[in-house]
Amino acid sequence: MNRALSPDSWQYRELNKRAPSLATLANTLIELAEVGHPVVAGTADLQHSNGLIGFARRFPERFTQFGISEQNMVSAAAGMATTGVMPYVATFASFLALLCCEQIRMDVAYCAQPVRLIGHHTGISLGFYGTSHHATEDIAIMRSIADLTVVSPADGPQFAAALRASVHHPGPIYFRIARGHDPVVYADGAPFEFGKAVVHGIGSDLTIIACGMPVHSAKAAMEALNGKGHSVGLIDMHTIKPLDREAVMVAARKSRIVLTVEEHNVLGGLGGAVAEVMAEEGGGARLLRHGIKDEFSLIAPPTHLYRHYQLDAAGIESVAQSLLA
Amino acid sequence: MASSGANQWPSNSPGGKISDEQAARLRERARFVRLETIRLISIAKVGHYSSVFSCAEIFSVLYYDTMKLRHGEPSWPDRDRFLMGKGHAAVGQFPILADLGFFDTSWLDDYTRLGSPLGDHPDMRKVPGVDFSSGSIGHALSNGVGMALGGRFQNQDFSVFVLLGDGEMQEGQVWEAALSAASHRLSKLVAIVDRNGYQLDGKVDDVVAIEPLDEKWRAFGWEVHEVDGHDVAALANLLRAVKADSAREKPCCIIAKTVKGKGIDYMETEPGWHLGYLAPEDEALAREAILAGAQ
Repeated sequence: MNRALSPDSWQYRELNKRAPSLATLANTLIELAEVGHPVVAGTADLQHSNGLIGFARRFPERFTQFGISEQNMVSAAAGMATTGVMPYVATFASFLALLCCEQIRMDVAYCAQPVRLIGHHTGISLGFYGTSHHATEDIAIMRSIADLTVVSPADGPQFAAALRASVHHPGPIYFRIARGHDPVVYADGAPFEFGKAVVHGIGSDLTIIACGMPVHSAKAAMEALNGKGHSVGLIDMHTIKPLDREAVMVAARKSRIVLTVEEHNVLGGLGGAVAEVMAEEGGGARLLRHGIKDEFSLIAPPTHLYRHYQLDAAGIESVAQSLLA
Repeated sequence: MASSGANQWPSNSPGGKISDEQAARLRERARFVRLETIRLISIAKVGHYSSVFSCAEIFSVLYYDTMKLRHGEPSWPDRDRFLMGKGHAAVGQFPILADLGFFDTSWLDDYTRLGSPLGDHPDMRKVPGVDFSSGSIGHALSNGVGMALGGRFQNQDFSVFVLLGDGEMQEGQVWEAALSAASHRLSKLVAIVDRNGYQLDGKVDDVVAIEPLDEKWRAFGWEVHEVDGHDVAALANLLRAVKADSAREKPCCIIAKTVKGKGIDYMETEPGWHLGYLAPEDEALAREAILAGAQ
């Protein structure tokens, strides 16, 4: 019989060794609850996948296991928030943003409840689990919902910083995070502000605007291209809504080319948001949106998918190089 | 924040039986709901008369007998909560909320006009006293699950009442919520199914059959009661007993047998009245019928 994955099991310990940021969500929520924030958490049968089992063990009375009922979880979180608690509910991004879209719109965003929705294993990070488990539309859907803040942290430390900032954020938030195997871009304690992009540099030739896990690869690509004599910059647009329009326009005015990079359909996501700003404000730069090109993603191990879709460092460098030629 | 019995309003005696005088008052408040519904829909020129008329007694009993509320304090943290799965009956809820001092009664005079907070469905961002917005059928029981969980986390002593349409039983999310409420032993959660038998496209059991409803709720782990949803004394006594039962660990479902359009004979027999408009001369006749009726 296939037994449940216990946090004491070999498998779980090995997984955490390889992927320490899997514990970021639970550890940061524990930290926030311990200093008195009214944090409660819940999940839909994925406490091992998102690591919330750690929170459940520390604060069992503040944790709700909803089972496989994602829509119920989102609506219940909104109801819970009316009593003065701050719910953080997590499930796979593909289910949270797509299956629960209407519950998020009506019960969370329209009712202005401070629910924190955590869509994990987003983009193509679930690899061979297949297209059903890939979330390549969630940014487009979530950013079209009024009053909902949409955040795609680059790594564990930035996610932790965003979670810490979230207790002071009055409205609802959709967090789009990877699976915890994310390479680290930032040091612990790096500053974070909702709606304020992290500018790693503005290139006169090209500036990459990226979000989420591809920020790490984009940074490596930027460094490689600068080493070859190009002037390439990078903006980490961790908050997709409200978008840092000023940062976009600095790139649009100072760079010849703007390249958006995201683990998402090029339609409606970060590239779409940047395109809207550049179309409205002008600036002169050429824009190319790089990501999943309006197709259903393939089945493969994640690293193979990042290579296939040119979302690894070599792929992003190659796409940028072709534009610079 | 602890509740203060002295300030509790309206005064009731949980667990006890209601008096004839109290029952007469509840019947009068149900008539008030029906008459105000007719008046408000005459402003909008279209509305859900019959959906309100099936739950007018439920509104009356909950707001004027069962629920712990404070007049003029819609956000009192220890108040009992009321959620409307069948949000389209809000036109019957608004006059009560104004009557309880949650907002000025003059708001009712502009029902649905441009800029009015009062529309066909209840909106918590706009209307004091609406504990949660609705409009998309099937969410409210989940919202109630969350409120009951939140109350438990916060050590607050309030009950949560959720009024569900019987057509709403066709929404899958209702059953997700039903499962989780029983699993989390939310004994402070009470669902009331307004079993009037009709939905927009016809008889509920012709559209998609939902019976045996009592067995379904029981199988989902709920304590189930059935009651005549127009008998204010039976409803009030049942709700008092349910609320007073501190030994119960299960959530409670009350299947209220009702008549859609109750009080207006042709609405009771013609399912097309789910959404309608009474011409001024018919409106006067409807008022007379309500005032003459025993309900």
